[in-house]
Amino acid sequence: MTYFSSVEGSLFLITALVAVVSAVMVITQRNPVYSALFLVLTFCALAVLYLLLGAQFIAMVQVIVYAGAIMVLFLFVIMLLNLDRPLETQSKLKHQRLVAGVLAAVLLVEMIYLLHRGLPTTGTQPSPPRNFGTVEEVARVLFRDFVLAFEVTSIVLLIGMIGVIVLAKRHLDEKKAAAPERILSPLRKE
Amino acid sequence: MVPTSMYLAVSALLFVLGVTGVLIRRNAIVIFMCIELMLNAANLAFVALSRHFGQMQGQVVVFFVMAVAAAEVAIGLAIIVALFRQRETVDVDEVNLLKG
Repeated sequence: MTYFSSVEGSLFLITALVAVVSAVMVITQRNPVYSALFLVLTFCALAVLYLLLGAQFIAMVQVIVYAGAIMVLFLFVIMLLNLDRPLETQSKLKHQRLVAGVLAAVLLVEMIYLLHRGLPTTGTQPSPPRNFGTVEEVARVLFRDFVLAFEVTSIVLLIGMIGVIVLAKRHLDEKKAAAPERILSPLRKE
Repeated sequence: MVPTSMYLAVSALLFVLGVTGVLIRRNAIVIFMCIELMLNAANLAFVALSRHFGQMQGQVVVFFVMAVAAAEVAIGLAIIVALFRQRETVDVDEVNLLKG
């Protein structure tokens, strides 16, 4: 427990606490906008943890892609659908929260047990190489060992774009064919 | 130096919180956010083990997870928007057309 008195240790402790508490807020807030904003906070805290782990590039990508792009998409959809008010009804399942809590606790115990057993706890960690986690090193591994996976990722993103266009475009034909009232976007009714 | 097992414990905690959210929430968008939380927990484990073994491969895998998560979020949110157009709700209890 001596490592928590160092600067790195206390920084880790504070950041981990922020990440976990805001993750709890994500699942307990009733308003989806608050959930989304607490999720941004969790992502930023994770970026700090990545920096502590010496992964500068991943930390920056985390802030730009996750906290920037992905969460803006979430907030955009919440605003578009006018969901910034609680809409949850009573659960149809009895004791859903209780059962979910028990199952989650079991999962947590299992995971922590397995993670601690799987890791060689004795012996010192090898000190990371000098350029560890820099853009240069990430790029060297990415474009030398993982170049095929990199190309496949571009295809995945392309298919994602096509899928979104197909899913979002469908209402145009329906509008032309004098669609019934409920198919039209509720935004357009007013 | 903070030991790797502490990072893995945080990762496990975040993952379990994501699972709990998926189990107890019925707003489709919040369920989706909880899935993102689980992906991030896995990413944290990857980065922590990457430093533990002093190898870069873990960080490159995180890069790929982020790319796939971006595609997944775009398609999932498009499905939620299409669902809202049809049913005017994002409550997953109301979406039961596939129920036998």
